[in-house]
Amino acid sequence: MQKLLMLFVLILLSEAVFSQENLNEEKLNEVKVVKKRKGIQKSFTVTGNTTIVTSKELLKAACCNLAESFETNPSIDVNFSDALTGTKQIKMLGLTSPYLMITEENVPSVRGASQAYGLSFTPGTWVESIQITKGAGSVVNGYESISGQINTELIKPINDIPFFLNAYGSTDSRFELNTHFNTKISDKWSSSLFLHGNTRVAKTDMNDDGFLDNPLAKQINILNRYQYYNAEKGWVSFINFRYMNDKKQTGELDFDSKKDKGTTNYWGSEINTERLDVATKVGYVFPDMPYQSIGFQNAFDSHNQHSYFGLNQYNIKQSSYYSNLIFNSIINNTMNKFATGLNFTYDKYQEFVNVNDYSRIDNSVGAFFEYTYDNGDDFSVILGGRIDNHNRLGTFITPRLHMRYNPWDKGVLRFSAGRGKRSANIFAENQPLFASSRTFEILNSNGKIYGLNPEIAWNYGLSFSQKFSFLGKSADVGFDLYRTDFQNQAIVDVMQSPQEVLFYNLDGKSYANSLQVEFNYEILNHLNLRSAYKFYDIQTDYLSGRYQKALQAKHRFFGNIEYETPVGEKGQQWKFDYTLNWIGQQQLPTTASNQEQDRLPEFSKSYSLMNAQITKIFSPTFEVYVGGENIGNYTQEKAILGSENPFGPNFDASIVYAPVFGQMYYAGLRFKIK
Amino acid sequence: MKIKNIIIALVVTFVGFSAQAQDTSKSKLVKQNKNAKYVTEVNGNCEQCQKRIQKAAYAVDGVKSAIWNIETHQLSLILNEEKCSVLDVKKAIAKVGHDTDAVKSTNEDYEKLHSCCLYERQ
Repeated sequence: MQKLLMLFVLILLSEAVFSQENLNEEKLNEVKVVKKRKGIQKSFTVTGNTTIVTSKELLKAACCNLAESFETNPSIDVNFSDALTGTKQIKMLGLTSPYLMITEENVPSVRGASQAYGLSFTPGTWVESIQITKGAGSVVNGYESISGQINTELIKPINDIPFFLNAYGSTDSRFELNTHFNTKISDKWSSSLFLHGNTRVAKTDMNDDGFLDNPLAKQINILNRYQYYNAEKGWVSFINFRYMNDKKQTGELDFDSKKDKGTTNYWGSEINTERLDVATKVGYVFPDMPYQSIGFQNAFDSHNQHSYFGLNQYNIKQSSYYSNLIFNSIINNTMNKFATGLNFTYDKYQEFVNVNDYSRIDNSVGAFFEYTYDNGDDFSVILGGRIDNHNRLGTFITPRLHMRYNPWDKGVLRFSAGRGKRSANIFAENQPLFASSRTFEILNSNGKIYGLNPEIAWNYGLSFSQKFSFLGKSADVGFDLYRTDFQNQAIVDVMQSPQEVLFYNLDGKSYANSLQVEFNYEILNHLNLRSAYKFYDIQTDYLSGRYQKALQAKHRFFGNIEYETPVGEKGQQWKFDYTLNWIGQQQLPTTASNQEQDRLPEFSKSYSLMNAQITKIFSPTFEVYVGGENIGNYTQEKAILGSENPFGPNFDASIVYAPVFGQMYYAGLRFKIK
Repeated sequence: MKIKNIIIALVVTFVGFSAQAQDTSKSKLVKQNKNAKYVTEVNGNCEQCQKRIQKAAYAVDGVKSAIWNIETHQLSLILNEEKCSVLDVKKAIAKVGHDTDAVKSTNEDYEKLHSCCLYERQ
């Protein structure tokens, strides 16, 4: 008893001393150096497998919004989510965006209700840089990421130029206008106002199936942000206000929403979304200790979607609050850093599928600790853990590990492992399936999320990259090997019947293996080649047996060539860019039981897509660009199954494995006042 | 018996605390800065030198941050003066072959450097 007590006191004492030491002596200094030289940057000294996409790279595609900004990037596959809304969905390691953590300035952004269309709600011109991390991410932002993290940094008011204008028009009759204004309010305060509008006014039906190839659309998006920066005192702060209103209408050419909504006259669909966000951020760096800092983020957002797909009605309103308190410091010296803090999340969902009410409130509170060791030379490791309590997921621990080792000059070997857990928003994430005659059935009823259990997965990754010089020009070669193993998954089963979609807990195995081999080479001065081969083996045990994941190619090839002329005296320059994607066979959802004319083969054919762009920079203030997408004009033979009888049992607009719209050309201009 | 133990424990705790409190007050008297910043010149050449210099500095107990600039040859230090002094750091750096203003390397230590790191000695 006596010994115990003594021991206890000693522990308490030593702890007090230790924590004091931490507070007084530690630090962390995060320096983000974003050079403007290369569009895609890979570091050889960063621990995680992270690629930085700079704003320069974003200019290489039509790039109207975030969803379209990954087309020149081999790590992310851009797919087409459905034949109606034309919204592009992204995949990483073969898993769709719900398994990615998508953050905007480190606040989770595309989640819950915004999962299907969220990436199209951030205009490309607002983006300063994107960080793409493969594999289990950091524990700092939460427990949900499974196959990777995508963080977007928006343009900072303090670095912004006074005025920016971008106008864009394309042959699929889409028009966009972006204007940015910036003012320095005082030596410490700056403010930016971003206005975005896009619209598609004309109806197009290139494949003559009686349905629009692209939706009529209208979006207004406004962001007003303020930045405070006081270098002497160590304070930095951001305040953001944002409003977005997005309207889409699609379906049969003759559909008139006023007359035909809710009837079987013509098939039509409208998706109207309104969002309001307010976010604040306060950071303090201790002036004596540049390695020690405190950050506090708060974000409130309201997402309200009203939609119908033929006779299917889907309405969801999500009101969320997110808060993150983070403390960064060191243990002994800057070779040993740590980050620790608390998260709080609150989500109120008001969700209605036809007449069924799935409204609920989710909340979670969690604490995290992440330790980083870097020997300043050839080795670093990040060890992170968090514990969370969630009203539906329970109390659970999330461990994550990242390691980096440079075995020799210009070579880097990385390993990562981690666990992720999330609740699948089965309706919000699978909205394209509403545009079909499928009935939705949930086969389990004991779980806490639509009757289903939480999804749990482990992700492991190994990657190697080597830089070298070949014929006097720089080159690099490398591979990424990742495996995601699901312990439980909310299975979305389209392999049972073309008339239904089943949701149930995984019974058996589900995994995603991916291999990417990359080769990049500077062929001549200013002429760069980027190439990648990707192999995906994604299999799941369905009720009807084990299948490759539907609408996912097993083999893909990516190639990109860019050429820039030297910059002239007045800053004039030409830039050329060409991207080729070859997409192998894809497993298609089963349609075997349909009548012959509404049947698809088991696998789609392989095909190639080509995009190209030319930019002419006249001066640092003015440039124009023209480009084409899908120049080879490849389109899917049958975009909509049962399109002759849209209220019949075989109607399905959700099976899209290739572009619906053929070749598309665009032109735009950028004007800046510096 | 129990009460006696608790009293002992409490006394130990208080003694510990007051001893610590005294320590801090003492250190305040002589103004020993736990986050003292110094910038000093260290001779060297390349990236390898940078790693070697920084590694030597970090090996000194009390050094919290050490960044050596390849171009300017300036070493920026943050250290806990209760645990070490700048001189300790300079000695440690000289020991791995790099000259500082106050402490020079021995010829033996200098000659052990990799050929590309053999900077011009002043």
